[in-house]
Amino acid sequence: MEKKKIATQTDAGFASLRAKEGCIMDLAHAVIASLEAEGVDLVFGYPGAQALRLYDALYDSCRIKHILSRHEQGAVHEADGYARASGKVGVAIVTSGPGATNTVTGIATAYMDSIPLVIITGQVPRAVIGTDSFQESDIVGITMPIVKHSYLLQSTEELTQTFREAFHIAATGRPGPVLIDVPSDLAAEEMVFHYPDTVKLPSYRPTYKGNIKQIKQAVNSIKQADRPVLYVGGGLISSGATQELRDLAELMQIPVVTSLMGKGAFPASHLLNMGPVGMHGSMYGNILLTKSDLIVVCGARFSDRVTGEISKFAPNASIIHIDIDPAEIGKVREAQIPIVGDLKGVLSGILIELQKQKAKPVSSQWLELAFAWKKRFPLYRERDDEKSDEIVPESVMFKLSHKLDPENSIVVTEVGQHQMWAAQIIDREVPRSFLSSGGLGTMGFGFPASIGAAFACPYKTVVCVAGDGSFQMNSQEMATAATHKIPVKVLIMDNRCLGMVHQWQEMFCGGRYSETELSDIPDFVKLAEAYSWRGERIDKAAELDAALERLLASEGPYLLDIAISPNQKVYPIVEPGKSLEEGVGAIDLDHEKSCSTKAALSISAQKEREAN
Amino acid sequence: MRHILSVLVENKAGVLSRVTGLISRRGFNIESLTVGPTEDSRMSRLTAIVFADDVAFEQITKQLHKLISVYKITDLSKDTAIERELVLFKVNATPDRRGEVIEIANIFRAKIVDVGRNSLTIEATGDEEKLKGMEDLFRTYGIKEIVRTGKIAMSRNSKET
Repeated sequence: MEKKKIATQTDAGFASLRAKEGCIMDLAHAVIASLEAEGVDLVFGYPGAQALRLYDALYDSCRIKHILSRHEQGAVHEADGYARASGKVGVAIVTSGPGATNTVTGIATAYMDSIPLVIITGQVPRAVIGTDSFQESDIVGITMPIVKHSYLLQSTEELTQTFREAFHIAATGRPGPVLIDVPSDLAAEEMVFHYPDTVKLPSYRPTYKGNIKQIKQAVNSIKQADRPVLYVGGGLISSGATQELRDLAELMQIPVVTSLMGKGAFPASHLLNMGPVGMHGSMYGNILLTKSDLIVVCGARFSDRVTGEISKFAPNASIIHIDIDPAEIGKVREAQIPIVGDLKGVLSGILIELQKQKAKPVSSQWLELAFAWKKRFPLYRERDDEKSDEIVPESVMFKLSHKLDPENSIVVTEVGQHQMWAAQIIDREVPRSFLSSGGLGTMGFGFPASIGAAFACPYKTVVCVAGDGSFQMNSQEMATAATHKIPVKVLIMDNRCLGMVHQWQEMFCGGRYSETELSDIPDFVKLAEAYSWRGERIDKAAELDAALERLLASEGPYLLDIAISPNQKVYPIVEPGKSLEEGVGAIDLDHEKSCSTKAALSISAQKEREAN
Repeated sequence: MRHILSVLVENKAGVLSRVTGLISRRGFNIESLTVGPTEDSRMSRLTAIVFADDVAFEQITKQLHKLISVYKITDLSKDTAIERELVLFKVNATPDRRGEVIEIANIFRAKIVDVGRNSLTIEATGDEEKLKGMEDLFRTYGIKEIVRTGKIAMSRNSKET
């Protein structure tokens, strides 16, 4: 018989990730050993009765550091921010019942944005599952629509295979959250720890390699296009294909637009970057999509926030849709050339073929138009009221953008007006440097996610751009940051109202501000002090520069509360239900007044006629 | 359009609700559903009838494919598949009309499985048209209860290559 080792504390955390291979231990210890075997060194979580043994086992681990959040939702967003910033799988451990249900918003957020997470939930003992026992919730059932996959552990034999599969499923293909529910009686059962090298999942084989015939079709189509656009989303970042994108854009001189999730996939400073598109996207980006004859979709999914009214979206464009998830292709907009595969490989395939065929870049006429639009209708210009005392939100973003080292900083946003200002104006040069809840639009995501990002990238400056509404949704995580002296910098665009809804109420409800005005409670500076943070509030434009400097120079967590007017709005805007052509409120450098997209299009049509 | 979805899934707890949950979540109504073990004990076969246009149906199958528990999906359209359902009818049959009801059952090759004082229970299998035909005829006598298994389907041998 095989000689079995007994796990001792000295085994943990030293030597290989497999230090515990062949040891006898209870399942709780095997859970921790499995995490170690996956190379996990940081987990976020919150203990409880049914997670007692898991936490007891964690106590023995020298390899895994646990970050105690102050709410399970915070823990999941932290793990999410960690995953977004690092590209690794984020891990959270919580208890049963309310602990598990508190993770739901965090899991849904990660699911919508395709973020790899493994969530471990304690569960009541198997014998009482289904009896409404104390702190019981059917978390596998509850989360079914928002996980990539989930497991309810039934025996010790399944454990290590389950963990290997969970990490594999979370991180490969189109990434996503995976949940493992661990009944507490099982956690006490003894087992021999063997961690498998491989997974056996015949039903899960993501297609990585693009079909060569379709790649060739795409190449032909790109060569023939007069007005192509590269439309890039978060999939490009998870694929790590930024260099391939850049090479393709440069070789063919194709302008690049990004979704909110794609921000950072293409350098902001690049001549071909045509900014964010969609509801609050740049007018020039939206015009480009509308006028294009070919859209090369790279890991994006035609979200309604990007397309506006879908029936009027890019009416003359044919679509090359590249995505690792076949279900995204043709879901919203029919693709003439569908390519299922990993973007990195597919784009380099297209690139090689174009080079081989010595393809010529697209007509300079298209680019000149693009540059002219970009120049005339920028997303930011200094406004007259900036000469007054009032702090203009766009100028905060502009100044912040210039003060940040683009390679060594991460901007995380909450959800609302500030998120759109940040997306429009803060320049990002590298992937994983702009983190935002794009799909679910989760208020309360940004601040905990910034803590996770700071743990993932301790040498980068992490700034959380928040609103006063969003920040209050998970402000308890200030304790988490303070305890670990995590130097997150929170910048609150404080208009004492729910700005985005307030704006909609003004525009669409005749100024009936139903329940969007927040009171002047709390005093954020005092709140900061209560959590041993440093904090300050400014309300004059003249104070802005110095305050931002102090924020960025701070060594510990720092809160800068910036008073702005509730009347500030996000422009340009494509109103819900309207097409991208119907955007209004864009800055027009040739005129004092703002410009609508239709007006801009007729100006450019006139110019084209004159040119001919 | 009517589609018969034949889905080979992992034989594990919760898989049925993953599949049906996904179909209903995407806004489709399941008309009929059956599940049972297959020749391979690790797998179950799920047969569902859904109404959807082609684009929507393609989206359902693609989404189903994403479930880790789903091995294989086949669209068994009507002309390439054998489709069967088992139905139990409890039909009013007073002694004076019992003979008529039995005669109808015989015409359809259905079996009488239980006889009561004023009713007959009839077991019938067949495709949708045949069962509909029987049901219409029995209605004239009055149907007390109908229980159906839901449809199962299998591709025809001629489809094999």
